[in-house]
Amino acid sequence: MKETPMSNCERRFLLRAIEEKKRLDGRQTYDYRNIKISFGTDYGCCIVELGKTRVLGQVSCELVSPKLNRATEGILFFNLELSQMAAPAFEPGRQSDLLVKLNRLLERCLRNSKCIDTESLCVVAGEKVWQIRVDLHLLNHDGNIIDAASIAAIVALCHFRRPDVSVQGDEVTLYTLEERDPVPLSIHHMPICVSFAFFQQGTYLLVDPSEREERVMDGLLVIAMNKHREICTIQSSGGIMLLKDQVLRCSKIAGVKVVEITELIQRALENDQKVRKEGGKFGFAESMANQRITAFKMEKAPIDTSDVEEKAEEIISEAEPPSEVVSKPVLWTPGTAQIGEGIENSWGHLEDSEKEDEDEGGSDEAVILDGVKMDPGVEVSNIGSQDAPIVLSDSEEEEMIILEPDKNPKKIRTQTISATQVKAASKKPVKKRKKKRAAN
Amino acid sequence: MEGAMQTESKIRVDSGTEHGPRGPGCSLRHFACEQNLLSRPDGSASFLQGDTSVLAGVYGPAEVKVSKEIFNKATLEVILRPKTGLPGVAEKSRERLIRNTCEAVVLGALHPRTSITVVLQVVSDAGSLLACCLNAACMALVDAGVPMRALFCGVTCALHSDGTLMLDPTAKQEKEARAVLTFALDSVERKLLMSTTKGLYSDAELQQCLAAAQTASTHVFRFYRESLQRRYSKS
Repeated sequence: MKETPMSNCERRFLLRAIEEKKRLDGRQTYDYRNIKISFGTDYGCCIVELGKTRVLGQVSCELVSPKLNRATEGILFFNLELSQMAAPAFEPGRQSDLLVKLNRLLERCLRNSKCIDTESLCVVAGEKVWQIRVDLHLLNHDGNIIDAASIAAIVALCHFRRPDVSVQGDEVTLYTLEERDPVPLSIHHMPICVSFAFFQQGTYLLVDPSEREERVMDGLLVIAMNKHREICTIQSSGGIMLLKDQVLRCSKIAGVKVVEITELIQRALENDQKVRKEGGKFGFAESMANQRITAFKMEKAPIDTSDVEEKAEEIISEAEPPSEVVSKPVLWTPGTAQIGEGIENSWGHLEDSEKEDEDEGGSDEAVILDGVKMDPGVEVSNIGSQDAPIVLSDSEEEEMIILEPDKNPKKIRTQTISATQVKAASKKPVKKRKKKRAAN
Repeated sequence: MEGAMQTESKIRVDSGTEHGPRGPGCSLRHFACEQNLLSRPDGSASFLQGDTSVLAGVYGPAEVKVSKEIFNKATLEVILRPKTGLPGVAEKSRERLIRNTCEAVVLGALHPRTSITVVLQVVSDAGSLLACCLNAACMALVDAGVPMRALFCGVTCALHSDGTLMLDPTAKQEKEARAVLTFALDSVERKLLMSTTKGLYSDAELQQCLAAAQTASTHVFRFYRESLQRRYSKS
């Protein structure tokens, strides 16, 4: 679907409001929207809501061979997907620019900053390492995808537990989740992206732009930082020219914001861990707001199925009996069997059929696809009685040749015997049995 | 709030009744549904069955590409995304099943040359995934206001090797079952809209599973009705 274009008056309204330091949702210039983090029942699954922007993150792991030039390090794989439900404009072919940009930024933020200790993911050097895969899905696009995605990624990674492995000499034991508690990943620090939108050639700046604000912005500055005030990645896009002190100011703001967000993440992770340890209920069902009028829950409901058998018998007795089951399959050779007969060849008679008239064996078509000795108990059309190969059509394009299985067991008889069976009225010829049945 | 409390007490009374010869296996897991939770799609719903959770978003009726337009009815498209990895053949087959179900109930003739897109995202999979997808899709279509001639629901049955029937199986039960059958039933007369099965079972067992699914669908439709009543209530 095409993106609805933004009207000029809406654009002007937004820009004028920004000039007067007003935002549509009533926030201040440096305010973030509400961040809500909820976890699922399996480890490594989380949903992050930044205002109305929603991102689902899932971490999974697998044992693979390491890369050749990094034999002692695990592999990290990040994938952000813009789901089609996030915005009507996100169609499979259409979002490549934005998708590449976001994925690259995310990779730089998480991979190049070395926030995850990849050496600890090594199981057997050079042979088996853990591949950690982070899948992020954007569920609703209301601006600032990159912030929400980076928060979801780091929360999911912190929440994830991988199966425990022990190495004793040459033996590697992988414990299942029941045998031993899974082990968290070793994470050094939590880089979080903070976005700044610039308007009127860098005169005005807004933190955490919403979707409307993103549409009218001139440029975007993304700073990925951790709570120790270390910049992991910085990217300026949109072609605006920023002054040095603007960038420094943004990094100071980012420092403050990252500390707040990191605290929130830690609190959410601790809460979830506490609930799991105490055996309470956790997962998305619990985080669904009870009070909302649009949400509704129903407890476990038992179903009375005592009358199921009677109902079923009623239906079966009233129904027609099933149609004739197919006749028993005839086994020609191991691997080749025949059920029923084919229908008449709809291609019409082929020429030069007189030579094959002697073959009126009582059975159905015998097409043997692996030329092993035939089952003697079954009657077969006597094409095999002839020694020479039979040419059924003298068309110059193709030569259809019957190869005798008796003579040379290796040869495969692939020929249509439609011509041979023309005289036998009851017999139905087929070209190649398998194909014909498919056509039926 | 009151409505929710009333339903809970009603269900407790029901649990006093006998479970029947099938034993305690027959019960539906804890259900939850939230509608209109996403701001961009025209309709959205999150459906939870126990630990299985699916998020559905509906766009439509909206503009359709000329290559896909049908002159006399709406083009319905279903997209199912798994949580990890790229979508594969299993997703394509489920998409087709869900699309066939939706096409049977959606009144496409009212919106010719438009497209109705249902996007499903698997949030967590703990058994009965296809049934949960169907339920989420139905609630999202209702939330979007797409005209339908009936509601539909999905119910999964699992047959154990000893013949025991289980409704709404968990992932573990599905793995150990001899056969897993999923049915989509409509709300007007509990008729069958779609069925997909995997495994070995006799025709008597099929009819029994279908009858059990029809009984279970009564509960699901009651859940739909109550959740919509709550949403549109004035108090």
